[in-house]
Amino acid sequence: MSVIEDEEVDAPDGGARRAAVRDGVGVGIAVGVSGLAFGAAAVTAGLTVAQACVLSLLAFTGASQFALAGVVGGGGGLVAGSLGAVLLGGRNALYGMRLADTLGVRGWRRLLTAHVVIDETTAVATAQRGRAAARTGFYATAVSLYLAWNATTLLGAAGAARLGDPDVVGLDVLGPAAFLGLVWPRLTSGASQVRVAVAAAVIAIAATPLLPPGVPVMLAAVAALPALITRTERS
Amino acid sequence: MSTWIAVIATGLGCYALKLGGLVTPRRVLDDPRVRRFTELVPVALLTALIAVQALADGRNLEFDAARLAGLGTAAVALALRAPFLVVLVVAAGVAAGLRLLGL
Repeated sequence: MSVIEDEEVDAPDGGARRAAVRDGVGVGIAVGVSGLAFGAAAVTAGLTVAQACVLSLLAFTGASQFALAGVVGGGGGLVAGSLGAVLLGGRNALYGMRLADTLGVRGWRRLLTAHVVIDETTAVATAQRGRAAARTGFYATAVSLYLAWNATTLLGAAGAARLGDPDVVGLDVLGPAAFLGLVWPRLTSGASQVRVAVAAAVIAIAATPLLPPGVPVMLAAVAALPALITRTERS
Repeated sequence: MSTWIAVIATGLGCYALKLGGLVTPRRVLDDPRVRRFTELVPVALLTALIAVQALADGRNLEFDAARLAGLGTAAVALALRAPFLVVLVVAAGVAAGLRLLGL
């Protein structure tokens, strides 16, 4: 799906929008469940239940939240820890640049919408055909994930001691499987996208042992940089 | 600095970055090179995220056979054009099943 197509296909299309809602709610619930893991990890690291919940409500971006909990648990400096956690949210700024036109929001709507510009909402929005479906998918994901993530954070934090290992039921596969499902249409749509995807994965994995968690994913954005210099090819 | 201040500062900082992307000046967004870059960014970051979630635990690389088998199953299901929720259920199911068998 390209930006050009976004602008052309703006006719009301019930089917595409229903599919977008299905995608969004599916992701919202599937990924939202990992709030259990965050709540439990946060309390285990030494945050109070209230602090875990406020962090999910205010930060609402998983990588940064896990990072801050990790610093608290590891007894690291909180100033550097907060700064690191915020920097991990840097990819959301890139997502915002991608979605600014698609969402086309202004004023207070933009202030509200900004809060939910994250991996999942971007993945669902960019997987849809047409601008209306992209918007529908974005907000369907935002609402369902915000509710699920915050509810499960509370459950995980309050029940941290009683909670078993979520990996036993395969919950650790839900995140990567959901993202794979969402980038799939782009991976099967052109060699240039596949090249970028493979390069990004290699960069992130190679950097993982060397850099703090979260930074390798941000670094992988350089895989998209050749787009800044090449002139041909539109996907 | 108390943990509360760290929690609130992190929340506000994350919000500021999200808003920063959405309010990027039109002049910048309309540059065709920036357009191509931001168009490719989600593919790059999300694929990197898949790779890291599948293969890393913190800074350690790890090969969790059950998790990788689950993700592989997801890829097969996607190639067979299975619905999204089916993909998630079979992926988690395969990983859980293999762990139950002691893998």
